[in-house]
Amino acid sequence: MLHLILFLVFATICVAGAVSLLAQTHPINSALSLIVVMASLALLYLLLGAEFVAVIQIIIYAGAIMVLFVFTIMLLNAGVEERTRGSRVALIFGVPGLLIGAGAMGWVLSSRIPNSGSLALAGTYGSARDIGRLLFHQYLLPFEVTSVLVLIAIMGAVVLARKGE
Amino acid sequence: MNNVLTFLIVAVVKIAVTLGILLTIVAYTVWLERKVLGRIQNRWGPSRVGPFGLLQPLADGLKFIFKEDLTPPYVNRAIYLLAPILALTMALTSIALIPIAPNVTVGGVTTPIQITGVADHNAPSGSSDISIGLLIILGVTSVGVYGIALAGWSSNSKYSLLGSLRASAQMVSYEVALGLSLVGVLILSQTFSLRSIVEQQSGWFWHWNLFGGFQFVAFFIYLMAAYAETNRTPFDLPEAESELVAGYHTEYSAMKFAMFFMAEYANMVTVACLAAVLFLGGWSGPVFGPAIVRALLPVMWFLLRVFFFLFLYIWVRGTLPRFRYDQLMGFSWKFLLPLALANVVITALIVALRA
Repeated sequence: MLHLILFLVFATICVAGAVSLLAQTHPINSALSLIVVMASLALLYLLLGAEFVAVIQIIIYAGAIMVLFVFTIMLLNAGVEERTRGSRVALIFGVPGLLIGAGAMGWVLSSRIPNSGSLALAGTYGSARDIGRLLFHQYLLPFEVTSVLVLIAIMGAVVLARKGE
Repeated sequence: MNNVLTFLIVAVVKIAVTLGILLTIVAYTVWLERKVLGRIQNRWGPSRVGPFGLLQPLADGLKFIFKEDLTPPYVNRAIYLLAPILALTMALTSIALIPIAPNVTVGGVTTPIQITGVADHNAPSGSSDISIGLLIILGVTSVGVYGIALAGWSSNSKYSLLGSLRASAQMVSYEVALGLSLVGVLILSQTFSLRSIVEQQSGWFWHWNLFGGFQFVAFFIYLMAAYAETNRTPFDLPEAESELVAGYHTEYSAMKFAMFFMAEYANMVTVACLAAVLFLGGWSGPVFGPAIVRALLPVMWFLLRVFFFLFLYIWVRGTLPRFRYDQLMGFSWKFLLPLALANVVITALIVALRA
């Protein structure tokens, strides 16, 4: 019962944050809304029993990435965004597309997955120990390849940011 | 009384007592700082209000409350008000996860002295806490950066903005070194639960992670990064008064300024508690005497370590000059970070060879 109440509260906050992210006119308000979305997502992960992922979500997204976003907005002192009337193509194809997508997802979830009301992550994969074991035993190669990829991306950013000498 | 009600009452009492003690420590750290700095600089420090100036924090508090609380024009009002609240909330939240002492029994209810700890019959020591406590503290501290960053931006003043830009860059950089310095301890203890980390170090000082685990290098890095994270001298660039008036809180007055001030000192206490828990064996120390003394001695040992760190903070502030900004960044990325990585690799190698 408590579980359901908490889920509804944080899911509502999450969606409200996402709507506010789109509706705000000032970039810094949008960035702050995004932080709200990320924090409430972290709490939803916590409700699913994925404690490690939840905290990492806060540390990485809210604590590091969004700080850089806010930092950049502050540094550039970006002003109020320009409002356009929106594109007509997006309206013609977007709204039906959204309806079809949402309908298909609802149908699949309700008919194909049994007991989707009480779905939870398997209890054994939530803790830091289990995630570490999975990363360094079962998925060692993909994990290492990904870290090399990230390293290459960092070096690429350094090269691009460097002024010609 | 049913279980849920007992749990709620115990939780509320623990929160009230811990927060009360924390805020008292915060107030008296300010007094201690002024007193010790005074003696370092050959003067008396506060001495007028009460014996030895002991009532000075009370006088300061009254002054903050009764001062005019003005909001400058041209600020971004909502964010300007949000920033000090965010800074103080995040600073006070992390104390909830600190394990202060083992179980105590009051009126037939047994509970550990830690807000997020519960009595647990299955655990060998009779109590357990959140399994990812350390990570939650890191998360809460990293969200605390927003308080400072937003304060500077929303004030619409160039001194504030420069101060908060410096603060956020500095805190993000030193978070990396801080996090890596803790990895050595985590490899030794193999858990994120702060209570288990303390319990593994119980005994005399050669059981502590600092001496028994050879974490001298990690402790040094932690200390440096902690000074930078809390914006203290020699890394107090965000509020360098000779360059930036007062840095990110230039435009704040009365209670809103006091909230930033309290947040800074609460962060100092948290960082000191974390150092005591991770490196110095938490509450471990000789316990003797009647039951009430037995229950209070671990708390005293813990507070003694915290006091040692707070004193060290003040001592450093009285002794060292401020870094230059490029030196500050270079120190973090070019010196502390490689050193922390080396410490992780060597600790991991030793643990792997021992196993």
